[in-house]
Amino acid sequence: MSDFTRALAANVRQNRGFFGALILLSVLYITYNFMHPRGFSTAVLVQNANEVVAIAFVAMAQTLPVLLGGLDLSVGAVMTLAACIASELVHGSPAQIMLGMVITLMSGAAFGLMNGLIIVYGRLQPIIATLATGAIAMGLALFIRPNPGGNVDSDLNWAMTNSLWDFVDTYKLFDPDAGWFQPLAWIPVPFIFLFGIAAATWIPFRRSVTGRTVYAIGSSEGAAFMSGLPLNRAKIAAFTLGGFFAACGGLYLAIQTSSGNADITQAGTYTLNSIAAVVLGGTSLMGGVGSAIGSLVGALILRVISFYFRIVSIDPLLQPLVEGIVLLAAVSLGAIRTLRVKNRLDLFR
Amino acid sequence: MTSSDQFDQPIVQLSGVSKYFSGARALEGVDFACRKGSTHAILGENGAGKSTLIKIMSGVLRPDTGRLLVNGNAVQFASPSEAARAGVVCIFQELSLVPDLSVADNISISDPPRRFGMIDARAQRRRAEALLARIKCEDVDPNALVRDLSLSRRQMAEIAKALGKNPQVLILDEATSALTSRDVQTVYDLLAELKADNVASLFISHRMNEVEALCDTLSVFRNGSHVETFAKGAKSDRDIVRMMIGRDVEAQFPPKPAAKEHAPCLSIEELKWENRLNGVNLSVGAGEIVGLGGLDGQGQKELLLALFGVLRGVQGTVNAGGSIGIPNSPAASKSGQARIALVPEDRKTEGLMLPMSIADNLLAASYDKISSGPFINPALEKQAVADGVSKLQIKIGQSKDAVATLSGGNQQKVVIAKWLMTDPDIILLNDPTRGIDVGTKQEIYKLMRDLADAGKAILFYSTDYAELIGCCDRVAVMYDGAILTELRGEAITEEAIVAAALNIDTGAAA
Repeated sequence: MSDFTRALAANVRQNRGFFGALILLSVLYITYNFMHPRGFSTAVLVQNANEVVAIAFVAMAQTLPVLLGGLDLSVGAVMTLAACIASELVHGSPAQIMLGMVITLMSGAAFGLMNGLIIVYGRLQPIIATLATGAIAMGLALFIRPNPGGNVDSDLNWAMTNSLWDFVDTYKLFDPDAGWFQPLAWIPVPFIFLFGIAAATWIPFRRSVTGRTVYAIGSSEGAAFMSGLPLNRAKIAAFTLGGFFAACGGLYLAIQTSSGNADITQAGTYTLNSIAAVVLGGTSLMGGVGSAIGSLVGALILRVISFYFRIVSIDPLLQPLVEGIVLLAAVSLGAIRTLRVKNRLDLFR
Repeated sequence: MTSSDQFDQPIVQLSGVSKYFSGARALEGVDFACRKGSTHAILGENGAGKSTLIKIMSGVLRPDTGRLLVNGNAVQFASPSEAARAGVVCIFQELSLVPDLSVADNISISDPPRRFGMIDARAQRRRAEALLARIKCEDVDPNALVRDLSLSRRQMAEIAKALGKNPQVLILDEATSALTSRDVQTVYDLLAELKADNVASLFISHRMNEVEALCDTLSVFRNGSHVETFAKGAKSDRDIVRMMIGRDVEAQFPPKPAAKEHAPCLSIEELKWENRLNGVNLSVGAGEIVGLGGLDGQGQKELLLALFGVLRGVQGTVNAGGSIGIPNSPAASKSGQARIALVPEDRKTEGLMLPMSIADNLLAASYDKISSGPFINPALEKQAVADGVSKLQIKIGQSKDAVATLSGGNQQKVVIAKWLMTDPDIILLNDPTRGIDVGTKQEIYKLMRDLADAGKAILFYSTDYAELIGCCDRVAVMYDGAILTELRGEAITEEAIVAAALNIDTGAAA
């Protein structure tokens, strides 16, 4: 047991950024619910859950290039492209809907794969390569959907954006009022979609040699090479997984809005917010430290901050200003650690 | 070649191997063989081709011409991992550990134990524990991040990682340079154990006493060619050194001047920091070389960093040339009343900006001297670089070349020259001869003495007792963050230093 507590203590110490973000999120969200007139209700939780899924996935997509020590400027555009593809394909019979969703996710992963191949074999810096491929993704999105619209299956829209009770009810899976089901009935489906995919992909990835190599590259690429790790495979896999996560965000956005919209401004905002979320979640921009789960938490923090504007009366014109100041303050919390550093050389390590 | 070569198949053999880097010769026509179960030393100056030789054997580089044979079969390694699969494992001087991963992750980095296709963290930790126990490093927590370990613990973790690959040939490139004496003994025992298991060890070290204690066969390299291989004891030390540097070496250390009183230049009283420095009292006179001895990690490095303004929250009094107070940054300490210079421990990260030019590195600490107003004066710059290069006889192509292209010894000379350019009054040296060749070491010893004669105060930390004995007017031995014993003159003997370092009284320590 003491072994376990020691390991846990080491884990907390080594992932201060992540646990700090988790605490910050809890404090912010619990306070929000106390201030909200209908706080701690399923309705509020479901509504909030719907609004965090897309940015959380895009932030997870951004995490992988950042762990490698780079930045991906195409994540917002890939999300938009996936949303536009989904808006064309996700309707019809259940089989057609499933196929449409699979094609949407695969095209995002394929776009990420292309990013990875360009960066590895073209020997380009991720930031500049993805600036270009991001524009390509936007171009494809506009080609697929010159005008906003689409007809995503409406049952799917209802089932995916409400609580588990509504999901079961929509598809008549079983009696949603069954006694055993009640402890689970309140859970928002968007959370199941988000946390389910995050856990099912991130945990195996983190515990594979490929995933470990991604961290090793960001931490010290020379040592990774000397240790005989598969560098190219890891970089390509990282961008592919990033593309997949971005497509998950796009798919959900399309289901949520029942439509697709090749909105360049929106894509740019998502990309920039994803970087903020990654930093808030405790991932180092230098690479090698952090996790996609941290970025998920970071994205939630980012969204919860904006929820406050609904219950606190602030002039909408001042909203970006306040949002910027709050974000700066939150990011500064991560820098407090440097005040305690006794050996100034440690600041550069 | 020894006669047993005809009977035993060499485990690794190079025949006619050459390697060039952009036209410059690194190795030429090298024939070399290493037998099973031997502990084989490779000796040579910097630039002799030792690093290139081991990089070829361990799959980092490919030879331009010639063949590499393992167990009699010609091989071509495309990567270090291929070499490891063939049983050739190298412990590199530039550590190959990933700082942000745990010790256990690093030890099993490329081939971890798996369960259901995923890395089995528990099995991996147990494996790390077992390997660390084998080299008596039970104090290293397998869950700790490598970045949180001291240099000596990292080096031991590196050794554990290499052992985990079950090597048939283990190459140790200066693997003991950062180790404490206790760890060095552990490595000695390990090498004996490997020898009994018929594993070949190739040992690269600049410490002759280590080579003599451990190795049965010695090979000397010079200028990219293999000079000779012979059994231990077949040649005298003097012959070996002559073979390595191609000239006679008179005395290893410059003669010391007669003991005299020095006007104090640096005095330290009750210096404390965290729990690493527990009240250090020391004074260094102008024109005096004071050595810092003791086991690794007794606060020597922290003392030097504190004096150079790197540490925060240092308590105590420092009087540097009349100005009292602890500098709060390297910028302050290099430009104070008495200018302080520090030649840091790790030249690759703290001493040099590797991708920048030799000239930029030389000038990095003294731009104020060559600038008029905000602008650098090109004529002064050129003059300063030329002075620095000639003063230390740094072997360079062009001063515009990246400093990373130089050999280790010449890189260290750049670091020293950079600090001499600031014309310091107090020079702090943190193991300045770590991992550099005999010839350069001797130049550095002579330089230290010349600087002392010119009135500089020198505080010199070394892990090599022979250096402390040969160079220093006085040796302060540290133990648990304080100076326990000061030795001077004839009293500076290996026995006295070791006794003081271990805090035992043999009567020899005066």
